[in-house]
Amino acid sequence: MSISVQNISKSFKNKTALSDISFEVKEGELFGLIGPDGAGKTTLFRILTTLLIPNKGEATIANFDIIKDYKSIRNNVGYMPGRFSLYQDLTVEENLEFFATIFGTTIEENYDLIKDIYVQIEPFKKRRAGKLSGGMKQKLALSCALIHKPKVLFLDEPTTGVDPVSRKEFWEMLKRLQTKGITILVSTPYMDEAALCDRIALIQDGKILEIDTPREIVKHYPKTIYNVKAANMYLLIESLNIYKHKYSVYPFGEFVHYTDSRTNFNPEDLKLYLKTKNLKNISIEITQATIEDTFMELAK
Amino acid sequence: MKEETAIHVENLTKMFGDFTAVNAISFDVKKGEIFGFLGANGAGKTTAMKMLIGILTPTSGNADVAGFNVNTQPESIKKSIGYMSQKFALYDDLTVKENITFFGGIYGLTRKQINEKRYQLVEELELQEIVNELVSSLPLGWKQKIAFSVALLHNPKIVFLDEPTGGVDPITRRQFWELIYKAANKGTTIFVTTHYMDEAEYCDSVSIMVNGKIEALDTPKKLKEQFNAESMNDVFLKLARG
Amino acid sequence: MKRFIGFIKKEFYHIFRDKRSLFILFGMPIAQIMLFGFAITNEINNVDIAILNNSKDATTEEIINKLNSSSYFSIKEFIQNENEIEAIFKKGHVKAVLNFEADFSKKLSTKNNANVQIITDATDPNTANTISNYVSAILQNYTQTINKNVTITYQIIPKTRMVYNQELKSVFMFVPGVMTIILMLVSAMMTSISITREKELGTMEILLVSPLKPFQVIVGKVVPYIFLSIVNAIIIIILSIFVFNMPVQGSLFLLGIESILFIITSLSLGILISTVSVTQQTAMMISLMGLMLPVILLSGFIFPITSMPLPLQIISNIIPAKWFIIIVKGIMLKGVGFTFIWKETLILVGMTLFFIVLSTKKYKIRLE
Repeated sequence: MSISVQNISKSFKNKTALSDISFEVKEGELFGLIGPDGAGKTTLFRILTTLLIPNKGEATIANFDIIKDYKSIRNNVGYMPGRFSLYQDLTVEENLEFFATIFGTTIEENYDLIKDIYVQIEPFKKRRAGKLSGGMKQKLALSCALIHKPKVLFLDEPTTGVDPVSRKEFWEMLKRLQTKGITILVSTPYMDEAALCDRIALIQDGKILEIDTPREIVKHYPKTIYNVKAANMYLLIESLNIYKHKYSVYPFGEFVHYTDSRTNFNPEDLKLYLKTKNLKNISIEITQATIEDTFMELAK
Repeated sequence: MKEETAIHVENLTKMFGDFTAVNAISFDVKKGEIFGFLGANGAGKTTAMKMLIGILTPTSGNADVAGFNVNTQPESIKKSIGYMSQKFALYDDLTVKENITFFGGIYGLTRKQINEKRYQLVEELELQEIVNELVSSLPLGWKQKIAFSVALLHNPKIVFLDEPTGGVDPITRRQFWELIYKAANKGTTIFVTTHYMDEAEYCDSVSIMVNGKIEALDTPKKLKEQFNAESMNDVFLKLARG
Repeated sequence: MKRFIGFIKKEFYHIFRDKRSLFILFGMPIAQIMLFGFAITNEINNVDIAILNNSKDATTEEIINKLNSSSYFSIKEFIQNENEIEAIFKKGHVKAVLNFEADFSKKLSTKNNANVQIITDATDPNTANTISNYVSAILQNYTQTINKNVTITYQIIPKTRMVYNQELKSVFMFVPGVMTIILMLVSAMMTSISITREKELGTMEILLVSPLKPFQVIVGKVVPYIFLSIVNAIIIIILSIFVFNMPVQGSLFLLGIESILFIITSLSLGILISTVSVTQQTAMMISLMGLMLPVILLSGFIFPITSMPLPLQIISNIIPAKWFIIIVKGIMLKGVGFTFIWKETLILVGMTLFFIVLSTKKYKIRLE
């Protein structure tokens, strides 16, 4: 196992950040930690990168214990903290060179590994990091985290605050890194990114709700979800919320995801009810559960 | 200008030196509409919004916001709009109650009005237990919901939301959007900037800005048809990659 | 070692790219020393005084002439009666009034003593004191000249001589103080800010998760500032020698070594500050309030320690700057060698070791 976490708990003063977290990540796996801000993702990352000591539980990274062998772990992991922690007043090249030096290596030595990523920012290598766009900062930060050829890569919310194009490119880069045998633990608040991981853990309020492949996780959703649509969104939500048989009502883009508490639910009944509420252009269709639906159901 | 138009923008341009941040954009936002203002980082969204809320003077072009001209009446605009951003929403070291009183005060509400509004807000969001807590001790989702309601305190005609729901958990995020729908239903115009595409799907109409220009403007449904895309995310990717 | 050099290189990039703090770093010593040297002074020069002469005879005229011809005083006004004294002080520019009693000469020759009253404006007590001393000195001087031919038996005449700073130049007093402040500020504040900046940016997390050892990070942070502080010390010494003609009586080499010792003391304090503060702002506040004020107020730089209340005298002992000022004054003004200042040096060494041990203990290899 590349990462093994057993019953980790952590609290600050009287606030519990993590309670009884356990999971394992196989070598070369792309594992996603999916949850909103404040779920405990960053605390978990800091424990696994030896920056914090858990109150309870054990963990090993590349078979090194996070407490006893913290020095070995520090030599073998790459870490990209939540904010792209770069030296804003150093140029792209200087940043990369600095991180290479402190890890006792050179850019040339591991250029193969970062080549794909670095060529995209190489034209700007004389530019100060502070003047880069969000997407370029993200690529530079990843290059810096990779420069010493780590066995395990920790990426704490690498796509937060980055536009969709850069996000997509970033995930493509991760997929390529995976083929080089690097284990990647990545956290994100975006549910839509979950599908890109091999396996995911849904996390909220310091607890893991579920661990599985993205495909399996949505299968666990217990109910049939209906896409409901009508001309007046607000009235639709209001009406569904007071419908006596509703189980859950969540706006989902242009639709409302509706589940019913009855087993023998007939959409026509709902349509009739909505008509009595003066709603027009009503449509009700069965739809697939998403990871977000599952998350909300589990977090309820 | 038609009665039903809340924001009317015509060839609005902003240059910083040689750099054109916003390049002759034009669009209309209808009253009571939820308007999504999308774009990548650095596409010019923030600059455009700053002009619309009257804190940045355009280089050229014109815009009417809530019936006031951005060039000549920026102070009147400020009085008739509400504003909330992810970066700054409420004072962390004040309680919920103090924040409400403060923001009510700067928008010229009387003490009586503030008290009424606060009572109403506490009821609506079920804040009874946290109204005297420091904002810093609240979960992010709560802060965002309260901040939105505070932006509505003075019954503005238009509310500008700058990336309001980043990082919020899915359930709270939906509660937040329900609040938005509710405000829109009462006739408040909502102007949202975001680069989270799933958020775009909630809007009545959406504009996408690329390099200072508006490259697409329509309802999410029509945009998806037009670009033959599954989601707004795909629309955006197709647009941005040319 | 290569890692370490890479780290120091990075620190120098930071320093040289931040034009504003670079300016503060080198502009401040020059500005401060000029300010203290020229603007702030304890000497009196051309102080306006008024005379109330109730006798108007040869002796008083002679005394008045003597006062007027000294560079210290210029007689602004002659007043006629005591009621005017208050009014003239209220106008502000006259700092002292000399009141000669009636029949001054006659009394002096018949009774062998005559009175002159010195009234000073003590809103500024230091100046008032100095004025009174200067006037007394001039009067005493005069008494001696008129008594030259008369032999009075059993007379004790104190002869004051100010040694080490004959002309009582205040710049001599300020240079050691300013040097202390600047070295303290540059070393302690700049290091603590540069360490906390890494915490604020989040880069400290990456440094911690790297194979760099914590002491390498700290020493790497400190080395550039040792260098900059030495440059600063040299600038100050050169300025004081060439602009203010301040002598360095003792060994320049010894002064250099002691300065480096004090720089290291300040740096270790800076590291200690950075271990307790999370943001650059707190680091700056602690440095300013916790270091600057005691250095200015309690080190003996401006206010003499011996005239402080006992508790403050005791507190002043724990301020490193106090000992450094003694050392600098000793070397620069008295020209003493190491044998005279070994005690103070030892105290500084002890303090430095204490701060270093404390900050290594407090420095975390983790975030908590």
